[in-house]
Amino acid sequence: MAQTLFDKIWDAHLVARRADGRDLIYIDRHVLHELHAPHAFKKLEQAQRRVRRPDLTFSVQDHTVSTQPGRDDTTNAQSTPFLQAMRAGSAKNGIRLFDIDDPEQGISHVVAPELGMVLPGATHAVPDSHACTVGGLGALAFGCGTTELEHILATQVIALKRPKRMRVRVEGRLSPHVTAKDVALRIIAEVGIAGGRGHAVEYAGTAVRAMSIESRLTLCNLAIEMGARSGFVAPDETVFAWLAGRPFAPQGRHWDAALAHWRTLASDDDAQFDSEVALDGGGLEPQITWGTDPSQVVGVGGRVPELASVAPGQAAAFRRALDYMGLAPGMPLAGLPVNRVFIGSCTNSRLPDLEAAAAVARGRHVAAGVVAMVVPGSSSVKRQAEAAGLDQVFRAAGFSWGESGCSMCAGGNGDRGEPGERCVSTTNRNFEGRQGKGVRTHLVSPATAAATAIAGRIVDVRRLVAGAG
Amino acid sequence: MQPFTTLTGVAVPLLRDDINTDQITPINRTISPDWAALLFANARKLPDGSEDAEFPLNKPQFRQPGILVTGRNFGCGSSREGAVWAMLATGIRCIVARSFADIYRENCLQNGLLPVELKPADSDAFEARVLAADGAAPFTVDLQSQSISGPGGPDLAFEVPAADRTRLIEGLDDIGLTLKHAQDIAAWEKRMAGAQPWLQTASDSRR
Repeated sequence: MAQTLFDKIWDAHLVARRADGRDLIYIDRHVLHELHAPHAFKKLEQAQRRVRRPDLTFSVQDHTVSTQPGRDDTTNAQSTPFLQAMRAGSAKNGIRLFDIDDPEQGISHVVAPELGMVLPGATHAVPDSHACTVGGLGALAFGCGTTELEHILATQVIALKRPKRMRVRVEGRLSPHVTAKDVALRIIAEVGIAGGRGHAVEYAGTAVRAMSIESRLTLCNLAIEMGARSGFVAPDETVFAWLAGRPFAPQGRHWDAALAHWRTLASDDDAQFDSEVALDGGGLEPQITWGTDPSQVVGVGGRVPELASVAPGQAAAFRRALDYMGLAPGMPLAGLPVNRVFIGSCTNSRLPDLEAAAAVARGRHVAAGVVAMVVPGSSSVKRQAEAAGLDQVFRAAGFSWGESGCSMCAGGNGDRGEPGERCVSTTNRNFEGRQGKGVRTHLVSPATAAATAIAGRIVDVRRLVAGAG
Repeated sequence: MQPFTTLTGVAVPLLRDDINTDQITPINRTISPDWAALLFANARKLPDGSEDAEFPLNKPQFRQPGILVTGRNFGCGSSREGAVWAMLATGIRCIVARSFADIYRENCLQNGLLPVELKPADSDAFEARVLAADGAAPFTVDLQSQSISGPGGPDLAFEVPAADRTRLIEGLDDIGLTLKHAQDIAAWEKRMAGAQPWLQTASDSRR
């Protein structure tokens, strides 16, 4: 029978069906972070259980780390207990830690792919909802809670009900300055923030196939924002070339055997999906959120919807979102003055993201009164960006240049905006209070964020670079 | 895990869709926070920092809630389990929602917090009854019989998958259930070490 790629990976990792009907799915790579893992370490110790496969488990410090140059454990006093508990727990359990001063420290969803820990057809778990990011390499990833994390540590499997399958096809050729972020936001706008609930999503189509790996990681990162726990792109030669030679990727004869297997990983032509979505990428313009969930999206040249266009039963939520955002129905997004711009997070902090932002910032300057931050996704990305002189471009343009971490995406390290500030951000959630109490977040691509910082107001990057800003 | 059989408690209405975990519990900046204090910590306060008397959980009749009644896609967003622990710390052991986000529902089951989805036709009636009761009389959720009873109308039936029900009623340790399959796990590892050996090692080729 024809199978989807999801089914092939799931079945290959099905260890047993538990008495309660849940499938035990083997986790090939498990990556932990300091916000949640210390609690699980403590629970394991209390239960006198050991970590079954420390050799398949990795720890990173990302959520609470300071982004200040020269940072250490004490730069951010509130973070110290997290960092120390992570260090102690990782050491006790024999888990390799990418610590705050490690040259390869960074956001787990950036570090695991760039070190080659994530492999096509493999399963991956992180106690973070954006685990789905690494589906960009053709892996099946699961974001999980703290108790599930403890479960995986003790057993190396996760107990799940088999989800349904959704396929999202994006066809056509994206215009210049239209990115995977814009595609992902448009998909969420079409599907809704609960549209992917209970599904694993396969992204397909010519526009996806043409994307770089970093773009695919961005695309899959936002699967959870439509409610899907897992999102992935079937692997292809672009993936294999990107992975070759990375330190944790297979080497030698293992590489050859892996490659032969990876080339078989695709959904069968006549495989059935429970749900199908299609999007024309060719006509897409840069996108921006106007509200307080990631489905409230318009093209950057667009306007806040009118009340009449809102679905019945959603009027109260619509008004609430506009009230929080300080906007009114029918207002254009372009031209809104901003206080803060953040470029970073597991969504958009890889080298090509920073290159796209720097291309806009080069030779220009951040508008007076705007606080603009760039936070690379990993210490490796930071070094590469510095080798290419991007830090100089950003600094000269008036952006701050930080050490890597999650930073202002969720504010777990204290990087946040002030109440009432309008913040344009390359992150993944524009929820109320996410970037600080009362902060009004608009999600965009790195190029749009950089252009907005320069203009001091929301702007179509294409107009800015054409000198028509 | 604390077993769940029946619960009688005040039902607090928070009738909105898409309440996300950042709203339920803003990110914790201390490693062992007061979870009860974090529950809806932003929504409970006005911009000047004083308590918002209109927020349901701040009303006198809802100070000791047992059941939260809410809309669609409850608990979307971050996977943070604190968004469940904060409920338990406040005394809420059952959430009746029109639907739940996937990870949040799992986190509820892991902690003995009962997630209930009523039949769509019953949701309107139940929400109206909860609003009418206004905390003056409690509702009872019985997981054995899978029904909710309380003021204002007949008992309402709900369904929780049998496996999840057993786990909650018996308070079973999820890891313990899985470890009954320790031999299967070892057998899978052995088989995979032969078939796809690159999956069973994750070594740093530079070392």
